[in-house]
Amino acid sequence: MQEGKKTATKPPVRKAPAALGETVKENEVSRRSFFSWLSLGWVGFVAATGGFFTMMLRFFFPNVLFEPVQTFRAGFPDDYIIGEVDTKWKDKYGVWIIRNDEGIYALSTICTHLGCTPNWLASARKFKCPCHGSGFKSTGINFEGPAPRPLERYRIVLADDGEIIVDKTQKYQQEKGQWSDPEAFLRV
Amino acid sequence: MIKNMAEQTKKSFLEKAAESQVWKSIFRGGGVPRNRRQRMMSVLNSVFLHLHPVRLPKHAVKLKFTWCMGGLSFFIFLILTISGILLMFYYRPTIEYAYTDIIDLAEQVPFGIMRELHRWGAHAMVITVWLHMFRVFMTGSYKPPREFNWTIGVILLLLTLLLSFTGYLLPWDQLAIWAVTVGSNMARATPFLGHEGPGASLLAIGDINFITMASDARFALIGGRFMGEAALLRFYVLHCIGLPFIIMIFMAVHFWRVRKDGGISTPV
Repeated sequence: MQEGKKTATKPPVRKAPAALGETVKENEVSRRSFFSWLSLGWVGFVAATGGFFTMMLRFFFPNVLFEPVQTFRAGFPDDYIIGEVDTKWKDKYGVWIIRNDEGIYALSTICTHLGCTPNWLASARKFKCPCHGSGFKSTGINFEGPAPRPLERYRIVLADDGEIIVDKTQKYQQEKGQWSDPEAFLRV
Repeated sequence: MIKNMAEQTKKSFLEKAAESQVWKSIFRGGGVPRNRRQRMMSVLNSVFLHLHPVRLPKHAVKLKFTWCMGGLSFFIFLILTISGILLMFYYRPTIEYAYTDIIDLAEQVPFGIMRELHRWGAHAMVITVWLHMFRVFMTGSYKPPREFNWTIGVILLLLTLLLSFTGYLLPWDQLAIWAVTVGSNMARATPFLGHEGPGASLLAIGDINFITMASDARFALIGGRFMGEAALLRFYVLHCIGLPFIIMIFMAVHFWRVRKDGGISTPV
């Protein structure tokens, strides 16, 4: 109250804003100090916001995926009949295992057109996709419909005990010449 | 003047109500509008009405001119919001329950038509939004100063299609799974951010690729490398919360700009 009375009787002297290099009184914020704190504040704000959005983006990529395993044991080579397409792993792992005169290979069940699952038509001896009618030979080579390239093959090797291991993380594409890779085709 | 006149004649119930504190506290400006200025102010002072133009030229609201397609789109959006919220009381977005819950919605839940209403409403909204766009194009309503609102409209069309796409997966039947498998495979080819897209291999340090099947745009969309439980949940959240939230913001801007840019397609 007393202070208020004082100022009422004595109006404070207006002071021009401190110019660069001018000395300022104690407890008074200089122009330079104001702007450095303001910049610091903005940098802090932008960093915090950026950090938050980075966290938000990272949030959408979990560390553990609860998806089917990508490598599986597919029995022994003698379980597969020469000249036949084996469809027993189709539902569980999305793989056809085919044995011909020379060996065994694992074909992906993903149509190379748009990713549907073709069916093996035993009587017509071809894979036929129900979505858009792409057709593939038992080798995986496309011969009809819109599919632009052959089905992919997966890595297929023998374990120490002689069992077949199919590894879906490694794929081989015919149009890239990868089918000649020793692990794309299991010689029996 | 007005006050004197009101005092002279006997006040009706509505007039008395309009002078009460309750009325005045709810309707800013208060009172029954008696002249053009007051009518205009009552529109401007309402949060719901102020999105609309204060006055409309007669020719611009003719049905043969507007087809009412914008209004119908919004009306269908409201139907979809209400029926969608009702469906959420029964539908569970898990692989175990999603399909059977949809069947139950049709067969066990009273007014089983609710799910059909939502489904057909969704088809109808896509059609009306396209027709609205066609009408706006044919009447030249995209021209300056409305070009910004045309852009907002294109975004609204995309959001409508995305809502349609995300809703498509939720029944979790064969049609839905394969349609979304095919649809999300397009995200593989996103420039830089899709693992099969152009430029994706540039985002790498040495042999370490940052854009792989487990870290690209498609993964962010379906929450996994393959279509599964995570995809269903992500699409559900996007369909019920994420996209409706975004589309409502854009719709508010859209309606507001119609008003600000000179009303419904009048030469400006």
